[in-house]
Amino acid sequence: MANVLVIGATSAMAEAAIRLWAERGDALFLIGRNAQKLQSIADDCRVRGASQVTTAAADLNDFAQHPQLMQSAFDALGSVDVALIAHGTLGDQQQSQASYAAAMNDINSNALSAISLLTDLSNRLEAQGSGTIAVITSVAGDRGRQSNYVYGSAKAMVSVFLAGLRNRLFKRGVHVLTIKPGFVDTPMTAHLKKGPLWASAATVGAGIVNAVDKKRNTVYLPGFWWLIMQVIRHIPECVFKRLSL
Amino acid sequence: MPAFCSWGNYPATAQHGVLLANRHSALPVDQGSLLPFGNGRSYGDVCLNPGGAVVGSRQLNRFMAFDESSGVLRCEAGILLADILHCFVPKGWFLPVTPGTKYVSVGGAIANDVHGKNHHAVGTFGCFVEGFELLRTDGSRQYCSLQQNEALYRASIGGMGLTGFITWADIRLRRVSGSTMNEETIRFSRLDDFFSVSADSASHEYTVAWVDCAASGESLGRGLFMRANHADTENIAVKAKQRSLSVPVMPPVSLVNNWSLRAFNALYYRAPRQNRVSRQVHYDPYFYPLDSIANWNRMYGPKGFLQYQCAIPTDAGKEAIRAILKRIANSGTGSFLAVLKVFGDIASPGLVSFPMPGVTLALDFPNHGEKTQMLFKRLDEIVDAAGGRFYSAKDAHVSAQQFQAAYPAWEQLEALRDPGIMSGFWARVSGKAGD
Repeated sequence: MANVLVIGATSAMAEAAIRLWAERGDALFLIGRNAQKLQSIADDCRVRGASQVTTAAADLNDFAQHPQLMQSAFDALGSVDVALIAHGTLGDQQQSQASYAAAMNDINSNALSAISLLTDLSNRLEAQGSGTIAVITSVAGDRGRQSNYVYGSAKAMVSVFLAGLRNRLFKRGVHVLTIKPGFVDTPMTAHLKKGPLWASAATVGAGIVNAVDKKRNTVYLPGFWWLIMQVIRHIPECVFKRLSL
Repeated sequence: MPAFCSWGNYPATAQHGVLLANRHSALPVDQGSLLPFGNGRSYGDVCLNPGGAVVGSRQLNRFMAFDESSGVLRCEAGILLADILHCFVPKGWFLPVTPGTKYVSVGGAIANDVHGKNHHAVGTFGCFVEGFELLRTDGSRQYCSLQQNEALYRASIGGMGLTGFITWADIRLRRVSGSTMNEETIRFSRLDDFFSVSADSASHEYTVAWVDCAASGESLGRGLFMRANHADTENIAVKAKQRSLSVPVMPPVSLVNNWSLRAFNALYYRAPRQNRVSRQVHYDPYFYPLDSIANWNRMYGPKGFLQYQCAIPTDAGKEAIRAILKRIANSGTGSFLAVLKVFGDIASPGLVSFPMPGVTLALDFPNHGEKTQMLFKRLDEIVDAAGGRFYSAKDAHVSAQQFQAAYPAWEQLEALRDPGIMSGFWARVSGKAGD
């Protein structure tokens, strides 16, 4: 049994992972924006077998609230074995190109908000001397593409931040996991056309739980995205800039 | 947008649909007539609405509460029976009734009032539905049970989704000691023996028989009788196999034909080494042999398949089944899996529920167009003369006249139908096609 904190618990990928932790009898602290949805997820977790479920509804773009939120999670759980940060928005590339305000919003919710939480969280786990921090970034952060480079650069920022954090906390007994999902069929992507590269939230959720168990450093979910991103990262820039990706 | 098809891929309607986001969501208002859609495991047009849209319950997949003392589980309607088994068998609970696939939603199981191998002992799924919330297209939500809104409760059990959208339900689970089943397989060489073994099986909660629908003459109605009980103690050595097989793509023509059918059936009939074999099996292969082959419905090719499932009252049962099997054997078509079972006399609370005291036969036919329709017509004559009826969840051929004669309560269901809801099946059998 573990104590698990999930930030962005109402995201489809996070919920899929939460269900598996609940079935193991873990104690959960769930943070999300929509109180009604959080309540539904908490009830579901209790039936599945979670030993304890606490919820907190919060707007994660309100960074000032972050320390208080983390404090309440540690108060409820005592100690934290696993912290999953899963919140984010897909953003709108067209809008972000047209207006810095839109781009800033996108970077706020996908990068700075995570970094604010991670700063607080990493210090608490460092003091605790144990635990795993798992953060959902994206394959979009591996290389900038015209179709989503604002979202991608926000995710890239988190990925680099995590690499540094992993390096720092390794010596303190705290593990850091970077999760890079590919295309996932969730309400956030409901409007997009699906193809064979798309995975279900349940598949990705199971991959998250497995990667946490195995203390992996960086995982692509599903795994075949590692190969795709190797290819994409190695296309020479003089060729890449001519592509419509 | 997910595809909305029926399991038989027939009729092949290009079905438009939307998913309900969660159980608090309102039904869409700008889509014309609606029809609730679960996991698409019913075979014909009962889950299709060619004149409008379907509203999928797939995202309503959360448990809500569980009462350890009574075994009543409150869950959203899109939860699959597979999800319930996954979570509750380890806690010592089992579905009170399960059909031959675990990939049906709770909402679909109620709307089709599904039955299982224990029908003779406990009745239908509907007998274990304590109540549910019904969301109507006028936006109203009401809890329906025997105590509250009883008419809508009875109309919705087996009501094919016509009375409204079931958002969540209370269903009563049963205790088991584990996942192990004690199973006995008995080979019977003719139809009469099926009935005698069946009559002799009151000691078993679950009974079902596979019949060789290609056998004729002396061997007509031969098959394997499978009866089982939940084991008193868990045998951890008995495990479920992980799903490993799949029909990955749709073959251009049906793989089920006269030759493959005869060869398979002859081998399957002889598979047990003795005429009577006892063994312990995991509940998964016992209840859901076909679930281990993903997308098995593709086997029938792009034209799809039709299932013929009828129930015949006890008195006329033996002779009618004999006549039906004779006609099927002569037709040279049929399926690997043909199922025969004696129903019990426990009444369902449902208004338009399929099972009746008697015997039921179910088998699949590859869709050969006119030829299949002709065979069905000839089988229908036998069923109608015997006072039998058809299972709407499997049906794609019954006429309005046949349906209305077999289910006199259909008019009560029509009166309670949500005026904003319609299905391909109901348009056909209520005589509203073309409305």
